[in-house]
Amino acid sequence: MDVILFLLFAAIAVACGVNLVVQKHPIASALSLVGVMGSLAVLYLLLGAEFIAAAQVIVYAGAIMVLFLFVIMLLNAGGEPKTPGKSRMAGLLGIPLMAVLLGLLSYLVQRALPKPAGVTFGAFTGGKPYDVGKAIFTEYMLPFEITSVLILIAILGAIVLARKEID
Amino acid sequence: MSEFYTSTDHFVLVPALLLALFGCFVLLADFLVFPRPKHRRYVVILVALGEAFTGAALWRQHSFLSAHDLASVSAFHGSLVVDGMSIFFNWIFIAAVLLVALVSYRYLETEQEHRAEYYGLMMLAQCGMFFLAAGTDLVTLFVGLELMAVSFYVMVGFLRRDKRSNEAAMKYLLLGAFSSGFLVYGFSLLYGLCGSTRLDRIGEAVTERGPFDPIVFLALTTTAVGLLFKVSAAPFHMWAPDAYEGAPTTVTAFLAVGSKAASFAFLMRMFLYPLAGARPAWEPILIGVAILSMTVGNLAAITQNNLKRLLAYSSVSHAGYILLGLVAGNETGIKGMAVYILVYLFMTLGAFLVVVALRRKDLAGEDVDDLAGLIHKSPVEAVLMLIFMLSLAGIPPTAGFIGKYFIFLSLIETGHYVLAVVATLYVAVAIYYYFRIVKSMFVGEMTDTVPLMGGFGMRIALGVTGVLTLLIGVYPEPFLQFAQTSLGR
Amino acid sequence: MQAIYQSPLFLPLVMTVVIIGVFPLLAGYIVLVERKVLADFQVRLGPMRVGPHGLLQPIADALKLLLKEDIIPTNADKFIFWMAPVISTFTALTAFAVLPFTEQLRVADVNVGLLVVSAMSSVGILGIILGGWASNSHYPLLGGLRSAAQLVSYEVALGLALVSGVMSAGTLSMVGIVKTQLARGVWGAFDNFGFMLVPFVIYIIAATAETNRAPFDLPEAESELVAGFHTEYSGFRWALYFLAEYANIFVVSSVAVTLFLGGWLRPFPSVKWLEIPLNYGVPVLLFAGSGVASFPLAKRLKSHIHRVGLIGMAMLLVLLGLLLLVPAVNAAVAGFFWFFVKVSSLVYLMIWFRGTFPRFRYDQLMNIGWKWLIPIGMGCILVNALLGLAGA
Repeated sequence: MDVILFLLFAAIAVACGVNLVVQKHPIASALSLVGVMGSLAVLYLLLGAEFIAAAQVIVYAGAIMVLFLFVIMLLNAGGEPKTPGKSRMAGLLGIPLMAVLLGLLSYLVQRALPKPAGVTFGAFTGGKPYDVGKAIFTEYMLPFEITSVLILIAILGAIVLARKEID
Repeated sequence: MSEFYTSTDHFVLVPALLLALFGCFVLLADFLVFPRPKHRRYVVILVALGEAFTGAALWRQHSFLSAHDLASVSAFHGSLVVDGMSIFFNWIFIAAVLLVALVSYRYLETEQEHRAEYYGLMMLAQCGMFFLAAGTDLVTLFVGLELMAVSFYVMVGFLRRDKRSNEAAMKYLLLGAFSSGFLVYGFSLLYGLCGSTRLDRIGEAVTERGPFDPIVFLALTTTAVGLLFKVSAAPFHMWAPDAYEGAPTTVTAFLAVGSKAASFAFLMRMFLYPLAGARPAWEPILIGVAILSMTVGNLAAITQNNLKRLLAYSSVSHAGYILLGLVAGNETGIKGMAVYILVYLFMTLGAFLVVVALRRKDLAGEDVDDLAGLIHKSPVEAVLMLIFMLSLAGIPPTAGFIGKYFIFLSLIETGHYVLAVVATLYVAVAIYYYFRIVKSMFVGEMTDTVPLMGGFGMRIALGVTGVLTLLIGVYPEPFLQFAQTSLGR
Repeated sequence: MQAIYQSPLFLPLVMTVVIIGVFPLLAGYIVLVERKVLADFQVRLGPMRVGPHGLLQPIADALKLLLKEDIIPTNADKFIFWMAPVISTFTALTAFAVLPFTEQLRVADVNVGLLVVSAMSSVGILGIILGGWASNSHYPLLGGLRSAAQLVSYEVALGLALVSGVMSAGTLSMVGIVKTQLARGVWGAFDNFGFMLVPFVIYIIAATAETNRAPFDLPEAESELVAGFHTEYSGFRWALYFLAEYANIFVVSSVAVTLFLGGWLRPFPSVKWLEIPLNYGVPVLLFAGSGVASFPLAKRLKSHIHRVGLIGMAMLLVLLGLLLLVPAVNAAVAGFFWFFVKVSSLVYLMIWFRGTFPRFRYDQLMNIGWKWLIPIGMGCILVNALLGLAGA
């Protein structure tokens, strides 16, 4: 059951990922990204990281994608026109070459990794809110706190770049 | 203090805390203390005060280390460390921010974009640099990097009414985000190697697996791409000329010295500690990148007429030289890198300061021709520029020579003779384009009679950079000592 | 056969089917209640024709919507136009999965239950703005943008109020939250020396905005935007949006009940001697009382069928009230009863809002969200933490 779910959602994630790149229209791409994020959340869930899965959906599939769509709509970005400079040779040669490269890469990585004992779905129990919170406020407290400065800068930057001329 | 935030944690973190606090304080003071635009320049005093406090904190760290004869103090479960390297680089950041802030107010007033957020962003960017120099944990390093980078994206686009500034910010943002993606991909692989984000644990795992293990190699190359992008080494330098040209010149100066020094601190931290075990794999890569950087930087600089672009390409070639120190990798090489970065700070900053001074009302003053006849108009600036150019080219008795000297020495010590010869040859190329500027200043006909931008801050900044560029060249001993003790591990 | 009952998947699957099957009907009746209550506010009668006192109106409306012509604007993006209402409905109904109607009666008790609800509500926004965009028309687009901005803004306030609640509960599991309230012997809203009322009020305001209800119904402000993001929708697709809206109302009310009003617990859960009067008295009074009160109404109806229908209905209510006096039945149903009574009260509150408050202007809406609710919400977290420390 778990394996079937895993394969299903992994396939959806990859398909959406490919679609994201292939699609000409930004909205379609953004929707594919939602698909990727959603499937990733399911994969996290399968691994037993409920909190991360929920956060993934809230933050990425929800908040960030809504802002993406918002911006796309405000800019009224249409589909990109076909670029005449693109030769068919690039596609004909590039895609197989990329496939070969990726295949080679995954083969090498496969070879290098020691044979895993097999993943047991749900065996990991460190994904509960308590564990995540504990990690954030002990081991990773510093980066967590620096992130607040990062957010401050982001707000500051938005204000600086979008301010109205007052004085 | 509690178990979550011990006094050691506090001791190590204080400089960053001060920077962040003063960064916020600057923002508040803008509308609470100096509400009138005319008085906004006094914010610089606040910046100087913040840097003074930060410097005091650094000094405390330094004297604590030397009093207890410690090499390093680690805090936050090994996320942050204070050692010679972090202290050394933080002094460089302090100097860079102070010098740039001193000239910024006049420049931004000329551009009619004088806002206190600029200084706030500068100090917060410096806070990010602190973490780049002192972080020993992938997450901390990455967040620090983004802290710095995001501030720079905003600062590069600070001149909102200038299309070039907007364009530069956009290019920098897109390419920067892309390179961060590479970096994070590499980080994820490094994390996967050992299940920890601490650099020491990663180092063990890398050493254990060996340099040509596919995953180590993949992690190494992707991390290297991200890092080399940040130090603007060829072939990842494409953003540099555009960003340097479009950004407000003071930001360009800060970008060229501050961001580059911080990125080199990050790069040294990564390559000398966790990736040291993979040396056989990254040495050839770095050799290639260094040669390519020197080639691209020096050859492309020849054809540039825009001073900022020219200096951008020159900074690409300098990145190549600094990387050579890492290739050599012995004690001289590391010391050479430190000295080079120190020297680079003053000479590049000096050169940019002159370009800043060329900016006057209705005069962009960014072309080589704008320097024409400078010796007649403002002899002091012209002579200082001459010193900076000599130093950038690496001619004794200026500081640039000392920097290059140790890099070349380390190459010869480690038997990279060919590299040493190639690097020396490129110095000859560099002399050509640096002297185009000198020739224009001393031989060219004056095109305008508008006096250069002056001001108290500019005079101090030019004086400091000029004096130090000469002083390090003539009497390098204390500075070498400084670099030596800082990096003596 | 026995094996099927005991399978861990049995109850969740049955509950899922029941919820999906029953909720549309329930939504229809919530609409009827809304129309009736609003009519009452305005001293009208509301729907009276279909069934006695309009009791069959929802069924007639559903049939009408099902049979309507399906119109897709010519230049609409067909696929997204088709998908947007589905996303809305899907996410709204998925949130039901973690609602604990009683301790046993639920689809799943996830240990991040509350986050699942907020995840679903944040994805649900996609349905609205996509619908607005795919219609390829001005009003829907503006409505969609407004609604996205509003939902994103108020989600923050909502989240902060939830954090306050979670802080005193100490768990994210919906069942766990109610159990904590039982253990502490007080409803969440009155916890922390009564301070939790502040986040509760924030939650109610933000939840009203999250569900696009008056006085925050700018995305569908008729006088400005025709019907907002679903202007171009009709027939069954429109019905899906409608269903999603009422499902959301039900979900936010249920979350409020779970987090602040003690879920399936009766009032004063820790006072033992109140169990008999409350668990027996209130439902009997409610059902049998409303049944008895319906008899005089029936006399005044003109149509014979209506009269018979209403009397039958009243008899049924009285019977139901008497059935609840049987201890075995009462024990099984009491929790469910309290949950629904509380949810219904909150739904009534929202209808009440709609009947009495004028609509906000857009900038006022944003001011309330960002300058009032969010800072107060943050303050609540702080005060809650301090009070929690003091109480511990």
